[in-house]
Amino acid sequence: MLDNVWIIPLIPAVSYLLILFFGKRMPKKGAEIGIAALGAAFVLACITVMQWIDRVEAAVSKEGGAATGLGALGRSVVAAATGAPEVEPVVRGFTWWENGPAKFEIGARVDGLVVMMLVVVTLISLLVHVYSTAYMHEDRRFTHYYAALSLFSASMLFMVISANLLQLMVGWELVGLCSFMLIGHWWEEKPNSNAALKAFLTTRTGDVGLMTGIIIVFFAAGSFDISVVNEYALSPEVNHGLMMWASVALMFGIMGKSGQFFLHTWLPDAMAGPTPVSALIHAATMVVAGVFLGARVYPVFWEGFSIGGGGLNMMAVVGGVTIIVGAALAFVQNDIKKVLAYSTVSQLGYMVMALGVGAWLGAVFHLFTHAFFKACLFLGAGSISHSATHHSFDMREMGGLRKPMPVTFWTFIVGTIALAGIFPFAGFWSKDEILATADQGDFRIFLVVGLIGAAMTAAYMTRCVYLTFFGQYRGHHHPHESTPAITVPLVILAVLSVVAGLLQSAPFEIKKFQEWFEQVGGLPKEMIIPEFDYGLAAISVSLATIVVGVAAFFVFRREEHGALKGLTQRNRVAHAGYRFLERKYYLDDLYEGVIVAGVKGPIARGSNWINQYVIDGVVNAVGRGSARAGRWAYEVFDQEVVDGAVNDIGRETVLAGGGMSKLQSGRLQRYALFLLASVGVIGLAVYIVNVA
Amino acid sequence: MPINYFLILSAFLFCAGAYGVLARRNSVLVLMSVELMLNAVNINLIAFSAQAQDVAGQVFALFVITIAAAEVGIGLAIVLLIYRNLRSPDLDRVEQLKG
Repeated sequence: MLDNVWIIPLIPAVSYLLILFFGKRMPKKGAEIGIAALGAAFVLACITVMQWIDRVEAAVSKEGGAATGLGALGRSVVAAATGAPEVEPVVRGFTWWENGPAKFEIGARVDGLVVMMLVVVTLISLLVHVYSTAYMHEDRRFTHYYAALSLFSASMLFMVISANLLQLMVGWELVGLCSFMLIGHWWEEKPNSNAALKAFLTTRTGDVGLMTGIIIVFFAAGSFDISVVNEYALSPEVNHGLMMWASVALMFGIMGKSGQFFLHTWLPDAMAGPTPVSALIHAATMVVAGVFLGARVYPVFWEGFSIGGGGLNMMAVVGGVTIIVGAALAFVQNDIKKVLAYSTVSQLGYMVMALGVGAWLGAVFHLFTHAFFKACLFLGAGSISHSATHHSFDMREMGGLRKPMPVTFWTFIVGTIALAGIFPFAGFWSKDEILATADQGDFRIFLVVGLIGAAMTAAYMTRCVYLTFFGQYRGHHHPHESTPAITVPLVILAVLSVVAGLLQSAPFEIKKFQEWFEQVGGLPKEMIIPEFDYGLAAISVSLATIVVGVAAFFVFRREEHGALKGLTQRNRVAHAGYRFLERKYYLDDLYEGVIVAGVKGPIARGSNWINQYVIDGVVNAVGRGSARAGRWAYEVFDQEVVDGAVNDIGRETVLAGGGMSKLQSGRLQRYALFLLASVGVIGLAVYIVNVA
Repeated sequence: MPINYFLILSAFLFCAGAYGVLARRNSVLVLMSVELMLNAVNINLIAFSAQAQDVAGQVFALFVITIAAAEVGIGLAIVLLIYRNLRSPDLDRVEQLKG
């Protein structure tokens, strides 16, 4: 399987075509094709990961055998044991175009990161496929939905196994296209199609950076091949300046795709799509693509941002800001899916920050665990809306669902605890890995940011759980538990949310995740593998627990007396803060109001808008000044100079065109005559020049 | 055989073709004249290929024949459409693209 890993994306791709052409005629409208395909892909992914693990274990035991041999000779065994053996990635591919020294290849690459992603993507996608049979039951475009879902998985898998950056970009764009199709699945309603467009255009903004970055990397390293690029970035003759610009450009791609601050605004809007799709987008495909890119060409970022040296760098700062920004926004949402969406933004911030502080393993591990508990939470939210509130996600219509929906409740609780990072659930281990690296790698400030983020995560998730499952039911339907097609995936994901973290749990001396999946052929040698820090772990756990308690208390009080609500209305500062968060930092207003309206409407309207919404005094003057300048520019420059020139050019063109239009007789043979005559003239000229 | 014979034959064919393209009014005949010009080129290619003892020219001639076949396919389709729209194959009446 290691050699033929390309089969895995091929299966869902074929399934896409089959569903598209034959889906409607099948008894289950194409769902069975999708499920079978993803099932097969999942089995193959499992085989691949087994074989990969065998390969790693074989290398380790060989190394170990050699070490014991040396030990018998009286040398030190410790030195050999600490340096893990390098396991070469399996790369296969062929050249599809060659132009001089530039070779363009397409191929499959198998290493630790890839096998991990293969399993996660196929598993989550399979569960989402199963879940959707119930959730999307009797949907208008059920068959198309399944086709798009298959294509989505195929694109993501294609991106994951790509052996070079060009291929990676193709997969990356395909993933973007599929998310566009699925977010806008119910396009009959305008907000949904708007959300799809927003997701597409925002990520596309970042993609400009991705493309620029890839081009810079190509000219620096002379190849798109990931092995070559990584090797180049780590070699002593690397061009640091080029790598820095490449990292900055690639960072924009990551910000767009992985919803980092300030390109994160599309992610919450993407909740317009069906809930299983949200789960897929947030857990396994689409948004993790950015983090995957960061991990894939990590040496480029390592060199470009000088991560080894500590201090501040763009990657860590963007991630850190995103943690706080996303978590703060999650507090004021009334839509349960939006809470989860902002939580994803925040958790993706963790992953990017982890890459930024040198915690490659932490980032990848968090990606791994996050996939399970976030998919669990999203599917739980979908289960609620499907069976309790009749396709509403408003938490004000929920409440008290603990009794009628026990499975959904318990799985949601497990997901929440894992997300909040409480021992010994999955989120704890991965967050701890990140925080410990930040602590031991001279990134103290990001350790603080991470701890604050962890506390905020615990708090908003408590609020969310409380509003949803406790208190009195506030809706107008009859909540009941969902069907097995929904609850079984929930239970599987909940179990994984508990146990996935144990793959890398230092106190139990288990470092399997690191051993198996860190083998990607070329990571910076100076990277820190943190020691397990009991103090830090204790702090983060107790912080999370305390905050859960306090948040529960506040939400409870608010429920009973409306005290918190009163606070935001009585106190001006608190109210302003609440408004600020509720309006999402005015970023959407900034993007839509200023940038979009500025492009399509006159600037005066933009300044008028700023006038009313942001800061009255200062901007007033600027707006008036720019309006006056605009008028002056309009009257003097625009009307006289530009228009004059344009009019003159136009007039001349019309005159010249009138003359030329006589040539344009519309008669074919006249044209042929011109053609032959010109050939004759040119021939004559060449003859005269060369011979005479 | 001197190569000039072939060249003269080919020049004659080419001129006949060019005349047909420029002067005939029937679109089918124009198309046939284009074929004449193409074949004149083919004769040139093969003549030079034989002289230079190099098969490259003949390969080119084969390509020209292939592409000429495709071109006739499209050309006849266009002629058919012209006839359907104007009820005549007359090229002089096709002047709707006048500037």
